[in-house]
Amino acid sequence: MGEKIDYIKLASNKPKGKRPYFHDDPAVERVLNITMAIAGELAVMRERMDSIERLLEKKGSISREEIETFVPETKEQEEQRQTWHAEYIGRILRIVQQEQEELENPDKSMEEIANDINEM
Amino acid sequence: MSVRNLPPVYNKIAQHAVFPKMNHDERARYNFLANLNKHLAHVSQGNKTAFENRVEPKFEQEHGRKMASTEELKEAISKDAHYQVWSSLRRSTMEMRQQAGRSIVLRQAEELRDKVRALNEGKDSLVLDDSVEVPPYLLACDNHIMPGSYHTELIEDDVTPAANYDTGLFVTTAGLLGRYSDGGGKAIVSWVKKTYPDFSPKRILDIGCGMGHNVLPIAKAFPDAEVIAIDTGAPMLRYAHARAMDLGITNVKFMQMDAAKTTFEDESFDWVQSTMFFHETGGKSIYKIMDEVYRVLKPKGLTLHIEQPQYTDDMSLFEKFIRDWDALNNNEPYWSKMHDIEPIELMSSSGFREEDFMQIGAKAENDLDDGSEKADEPEDHGRSPIWNVFGAIKN
Repeated sequence: MGEKIDYIKLASNKPKGKRPYFHDDPAVERVLNITMAIAGELAVMRERMDSIERLLEKKGSISREEIETFVPETKEQEEQRQTWHAEYIGRILRIVQQEQEELENPDKSMEEIANDINEM
Repeated sequence: MSVRNLPPVYNKIAQHAVFPKMNHDERARYNFLANLNKHLAHVSQGNKTAFENRVEPKFEQEHGRKMASTEELKEAISKDAHYQVWSSLRRSTMEMRQQAGRSIVLRQAEELRDKVRALNEGKDSLVLDDSVEVPPYLLACDNHIMPGSYHTELIEDDVTPAANYDTGLFVTTAGLLGRYSDGGGKAIVSWVKKTYPDFSPKRILDIGCGMGHNVLPIAKAFPDAEVIAIDTGAPMLRYAHARAMDLGITNVKFMQMDAAKTTFEDESFDWVQSTMFFHETGGKSIYKIMDEVYRVLKPKGLTLHIEQPQYTDDMSLFEKFIRDWDALNNNEPYWSKMHDIEPIELMSSSGFREEDFMQIGAKAENDLDDGSEKADEPEDHGRSPIWNVFGAIKN
């Protein structure tokens, strides 16, 4: 053999082709990417906790092997798990959704509302 | 019922002997990414609102005229805050998907290679040829931002590019291609069987077969046919062959060959098929490949090509622009140029008669679809399993 590869470094290689940056400041892009990676790891941890909780509930005691191989056992459990992800993503990307809502239904500024109320 | 269509849990994906081993957290990471993809597909509607409500009005105010091209649109929308954050998140999601897939397969590169070797050993249905060069259009960038693309070998007889592809397609498409990611192949089989019930091809050629996920349903549907699947990527072919062996499909021969210069005899196939292949080629090669399709096809033979939806004249500038998002930002650059070619012209330039040209719509057949009612949701441009199929009978 003798072909051991540094899989950790290789897994994060960049693909060939210049990477597009969408924000005016690349630092924003950088921080966003790190934040999303952390968000992903929190989701992974939450799913692991979910496995532990369900197994504890079911058996009273659990092994690490059981956690490693646990998969949802009913359609209801599948939906609960995927719903958690959907809720979680909705939560952490709140600002994007809110900006979209503002775009669809623009609000007046507080100064404008204050002036309005002043006339009410 | 949920008001949203949740992606299937990752453990629904079909297992086979060379599928990478995945642990609990690796499955969870893919569940997160499938949900994130789904979320962004919904949020992408915000780009349309941003375009209509502020990008377009601002442009018209500044220029005193309407936008004239997707280039102008791109320049204008690139400054929009919503478009910026959506694009940045979408790109980031694709990068995370690649990182997640590679971290699964690279840690077990040797075990995967050994399993594939054991299944492939002594079989004459895998024909590799190291004199076949990777076409320049595949070397220009790494398609789908897969580092190393389809061809790079990190160890001797590497199969990790294919194994990574196999694990991740289910995530990017939110499981809409089915448990074996073969919804495209299944759809074309159903259409062919329905349209030509008496068609019994003796020899079938699949070009740009990748890991063979779309050729297997064809081989299964025509078990007496000799099926040949070609690709230039050796890692893809090794894995495809081992996967087919384990799934019990033995009438496919996987061969390393460039679709633009095959070694097959003239008029030697009854059916030449490609699935999501042409948009990953190049502007000159596409014509050479179609010439080759015409050459190897028997008279009365059938050729079909599943592709991304075509642009139409009634499509808005915005729709054209957003349909190209994946092409430009998920490294499938030729897709943004292929719109300029009319499939009918591509085929007729190779000798097919215009009156024999056909074009149909196709939708993936998904064995995970339980028939339950789905909430309406926007099309995820470039990811939805809704395709254009073009082809002809050779006369």
